[in-house]
Amino acid sequence: MSYVQVLLEALRAMAMNRLRTALTMLGMIIGVGAVVLMMAVGQGAQTKVNQSIATMGSNLFIVLSGAVTSGGVRFGTGSAQTLTVDDATALAGLSTVKGTAPLISGGFQLAFGNANWGTLVWGTTPDYFTLRAWDTDEGELFGDTDLRSASRVAVIGQTVAENLFPDENPVGKTLRIRNSPFTIIGVLARKGQNLDGRDQDDTVFVPISTARQQLIRTPFPGSVRMIMAQAISEQALAEAEAEMTQLLRVRHRIREGQDDDFNLRNLSAVAETAAIAARAMSLMLGAIASVSLLVGGIGIMNIMLVSVTERTREIGIRMALGARRRDILLQFLTEALVICLVGGSVGLAIGVGGAWIAAELANMTVEVTLASAGVAFGFSAAIGVFFGFYPARKAAGLKPVEALRYE
Amino acid sequence: MAPLIRLTGITKHYATAGAMDVPVLFGIDLAIARGEFVAIMGQSGSGKSTLMNILGCLDSPSGGSYELDGRDVSALGDRELANVRNRTIGFVFQGFNLLRRMSTEDNVALPLAYAGVGRAEARRRAREQLTQTGLGEFAARLPNQLSGGQQQRVAIARALVNHPALVLADEPTGNLDTRTSNEIMEVFTRLNAESGITVVLVTHEPDIARHAHRLVRLKDGLVIYDGPVQGAAQ
Repeated sequence: MSYVQVLLEALRAMAMNRLRTALTMLGMIIGVGAVVLMMAVGQGAQTKVNQSIATMGSNLFIVLSGAVTSGGVRFGTGSAQTLTVDDATALAGLSTVKGTAPLISGGFQLAFGNANWGTLVWGTTPDYFTLRAWDTDEGELFGDTDLRSASRVAVIGQTVAENLFPDENPVGKTLRIRNSPFTIIGVLARKGQNLDGRDQDDTVFVPISTARQQLIRTPFPGSVRMIMAQAISEQALAEAEAEMTQLLRVRHRIREGQDDDFNLRNLSAVAETAAIAARAMSLMLGAIASVSLLVGGIGIMNIMLVSVTERTREIGIRMALGARRRDILLQFLTEALVICLVGGSVGLAIGVGGAWIAAELANMTVEVTLASAGVAFGFSAAIGVFFGFYPARKAAGLKPVEALRYE
Repeated sequence: MAPLIRLTGITKHYATAGAMDVPVLFGIDLAIARGEFVAIMGQSGSGKSTLMNILGCLDSPSGGSYELDGRDVSALGDRELANVRNRTIGFVFQGFNLLRRMSTEDNVALPLAYAGVGRAEARRRAREQLTQTGLGEFAARLPNQLSGGQQQRVAIARALVNHPALVLADEPTGNLDTRTSNEIMEVFTRLNAESGITVVLVTHEPDIARHAHRLVRLKDGLVIYDGPVQGAAQ
């Protein structure tokens, strides 16, 4: 019997028992739909994390001041303010460190004309932009001259630009930060969210010298809130961490056995952890969805077994008319396969639709890849063959005379 | 010319759950020539259904040899047996055994499909066969939309569509009233007389057996009479 005919027979058998076929398919639809949707969500989460990591800059460390304890009250990381600009310079001199940038910050209300906007203002050195691999979309960054002369210049992020200058080019305009006028010389390129989900574009940068003079009062001259440092390579990360820790301990005169008065964080490690977590979540979602696919497959096997029993006499008649075992095997296998593939296709469509709804309504990052669609489709075909084979073989193994006698 | 069917010392016993095998046939010797019209009779339990199944290659004998159309079929594998059933034998059953969800035309075309004939050609030949049987107008109907007699004629058309050398009819009139039974037997008689097809009929009704030319009577797994229908004692 030709394959076309086998297929037609399968469709006819399925049409005979519409409700049962539909319910069996539902198992596959839910299974494949769940796999596609979950993989899309997982892939989306991974992509989002990877994008955030890409915007961060590579091989970065952050050094924060340690905690201060006063009268039994511990104020938390950064409260000690023991780091200085000189620390940053000294760290930059290490062979494993490519560059450093000291940072101080404060929250301020910005104003331009009638518009105003509150954000965090950072004072730093031009090296910071090199470390973050961050350039301007328009205008330019401040340089060493601005740093030395403590010029009143500012570089703003996209979010600030959009809120204060909705219709005009901010470059050259004068921005007031807590009533001090600053000339905007550049607008930074968009970075998007960071790993914590914070908007990296909602920010203003000014030279650290200017910030100290005009805006931010520090506990003592030269103290900074944090230092950003970059290792020369990925391989040098561990060594750089050790050397920086050692150097800072010496500079801060910390004796053997005493705790550090600073906090060194490897941002790459944080990023890697986030990436691993995202991958693990993606895998877990896929695994959970696969269970429903498995259940769907078992449902198909169940129905096919019932169908073989119900149609024993039909099988006997077909054998009497000349059907070979192969013909019978193929007939039942095809039925299982068609149910799986049709169910798989509908499930795929629903999965893609569900992903789209999740993206539109829940504002989730989802990503349906061709691979996940292929995997789902291949899976449903494999399930059809796997779970259809046993019942089909059972049908093909019937003895003609016994099958014919079956009531 | 060699006979179409030659059974030599055919035995059959069934393995049961208990230790004992149940013997059904005790050594049947039977030769049927081409063009014969034979009725096999016997009470239930006489082994006539078992013999029928062996003749139809639906079951294999426990011992002895079975030659059909010059081939020793007792030595054939599943695949060849399927081919023999497909090409050499046409079956007509008591319960018609049409597939419910197919049109009569597709039912008749089914043996052709298993013979590897293309769909269009198979349909054409099926329709032709139905027309010859006088059922051309019912080609598109489902079996359960036909009367019992019509269904059995569709089954006969299905048995004949592949031009078999042998038609095996197992109680073909068992589900039919007397008038329809006679009509169906007329069809077999005509087939045998006009097309020279060998017909082997299993029945327990003497009235039906009377349409045949030769009678084989079984009792307790042995042939107790083999001769012309006319001379047979009731």
